[in-house]
Amino acid sequence: MTRIAYELTESVRIAFEQLRAHKMRSLLTALGVIIGIVAVTLMGMAIAGMNTSFENSLAMLGNDILYVQKWKWGPIEDWWNYANRPPVRPEQAKALNRIIEATPNSELAIAVPMLARSASVKVGENSVSGVTLYGTTGDYSQVLNADFRDGRLFTDTEADASRSVCVIGCDVADALFPGHPALDQTVEVRSHRFRVIGVLARQGSFLGLFSLDNQMFIPIGAFEKFFGGRNSPNAYIQVKVKDKARIQQAAEELIGAMRRVRGQLPGERDNFSVNQQEAFKEQLDPIERGIALAGLFITGLALFVGAIGIMNITFVSVKERTKEIGTRKALGARRRSILLQFLVESVSVSLIGGLAGIAVATALSIAIKYTMPGLPVESSPALLAIGLLVSAGTGVAAGFAPAWGASRLDPVVALRYE
Amino acid sequence: MIPPTAPAPASRITRPKGPLVISIEDVVKLYQMGSETIHALRGVSLQIHRNEYLAIMGPSGSGKSTLMNMLGCLDTPTSGRYEFTGKNVAAMEDDELAAIRNREIGFVFQTFNLLPRADALRNVELPLVYAGMPAAERRVQAARSLTDVGLGNRIHHKPNELSGGQRQRVAIARALVNNPSIILADEPTGNLDSQTGEEIMALFDQLYERGNTIIVVTHEEDIARHARRIIRLHDGLIARDEAA
Repeated sequence: MTRIAYELTESVRIAFEQLRAHKMRSLLTALGVIIGIVAVTLMGMAIAGMNTSFENSLAMLGNDILYVQKWKWGPIEDWWNYANRPPVRPEQAKALNRIIEATPNSELAIAVPMLARSASVKVGENSVSGVTLYGTTGDYSQVLNADFRDGRLFTDTEADASRSVCVIGCDVADALFPGHPALDQTVEVRSHRFRVIGVLARQGSFLGLFSLDNQMFIPIGAFEKFFGGRNSPNAYIQVKVKDKARIQQAAEELIGAMRRVRGQLPGERDNFSVNQQEAFKEQLDPIERGIALAGLFITGLALFVGAIGIMNITFVSVKERTKEIGTRKALGARRRSILLQFLVESVSVSLIGGLAGIAVATALSIAIKYTMPGLPVESSPALLAIGLLVSAGTGVAAGFAPAWGASRLDPVVALRYE
Repeated sequence: MIPPTAPAPASRITRPKGPLVISIEDVVKLYQMGSETIHALRGVSLQIHRNEYLAIMGPSGSGKSTLMNMLGCLDTPTSGRYEFTGKNVAAMEDDELAAIRNREIGFVFQTFNLLPRADALRNVELPLVYAGMPAAERRVQAARSLTDVGLGNRIHHKPNELSGGQRQRVAIARALVNNPSIILADEPTGNLDSQTGEEIMALFDQLYERGNTIIVVTHEEDIARHARRIIRLHDGLIARDEAA
């Protein structure tokens, strides 16, 4: 065993002498591996980043929240089955809450009605358009997944009295009141005035698609009074569950409760949907698989080309050093020693390529993070380790044939080689 | 029985023969060259003992190189017996032959065959690496071997920083480092000028007197005359086996 260790150190030494002696050649050979490893690492970083940003976005939705809506999330083929459904109405939330209270050991905590529309918010000459305006009740504080930068949510009393108060997202606040606090100021929506009683802390965006800081909340009564929406198809009910580990049971209970509220008969199909974040995850999975597959193909191709380069250079190296191989064999090198020597050499080239590739990929990922913060990329030690393993494997696979050939050389023939 | 033309060395010691090292019996070696079969050795029998100083001579094509490869365990006979210190070499596998070469044989080549990028010390260490000796021990032994051939002050020179004679000394130090049973030198002066060649042969003489067993393959009478026994090959057979 110790002999292998000595031969290995000797091999590593020889390998690095060779690399130093043929810097340009080694660099060009490693280039293929560098490209391959950059591809594999960047792809891994992109997938990991997508996963994380997706998880973060789902967390914004709340992983303990069910959504009672007219439409289900995800792809719909039989849209005609949905179009005729009755809209979800705010008072159905109250009915749900009564059922929840009356149910012993209910999995559900509370139901909160939501009305929504797009709106422009104005302060004097300043205006912000594309703000999502929500009407809700004081119970929203129980499902709200964000902190307040300033102030608070309206109370049930304020909501029931349809007071003209509002809570705005931080982007809205910063755009309308640059440099000074928004609290207790007045904003206008379609010439209706609302006093700001709360500003939400920054939440970011959902999957990079729409901002969660571009929202405004008003009491649901005020929403109905000024903007209508009792029959809006955009109305929905958010229901918080008690234990997110039992969200499936909760969803089933909610379906039953909602059918009771709607007075649906047994055998009748649900005329509403209970949605949860899982639906998004199911949609993302095939996208991720597609990216991984395409990435794997490109990576495989790049590594294959890199491997051929290494194989070629190892063949050249064996040919150039045939006499040296003969000498080593004459001095007592076994087949294994020679095999090891050339394998270590090819693995060194590809490992250097792998290290360089990882360095380049890491640099690129940092550059992407700073220049395009929306693009999710995420590095991890495991990913880098995989990159190194793959490059080492490439070296072994590429170097084996020439190294095997070298180890089988007849010492007499090899010594005579000029 | 010194030939009259040879200048007799001042003090020429012939050491008593030791135990048998190499025993070859009726060895035949055939090579296939395309459709032609070449009879490199046609039935050679030879015994070499420890403490011998032997020269193998012959014109090119006489089977000299083939015999040397055979003696050096680089090659195995097509037929016939070859025993090295009692072990049957003819039946050995590649790696067993490598082990014999590593422990029992020190090679000196015409072209020195040093690793160009390694210094003298590392070149001399090489057989010890394959023998599995720890690095520290290796360095001590290699340095001692280099001192023995008069290069104690050159151990960190690379081959291209050394003269031809010094390079061959490094090669000889490498051949000696494992304390082999025989030293096998193939035209050791072939790439050297005659004066340096003489110095190298003087070194071989010293090594012989210090107790080494030496086989020199050469086509030069002057070189062969340093040995105590000369074997002349002709057409794959031993033509003469005589004391020098």
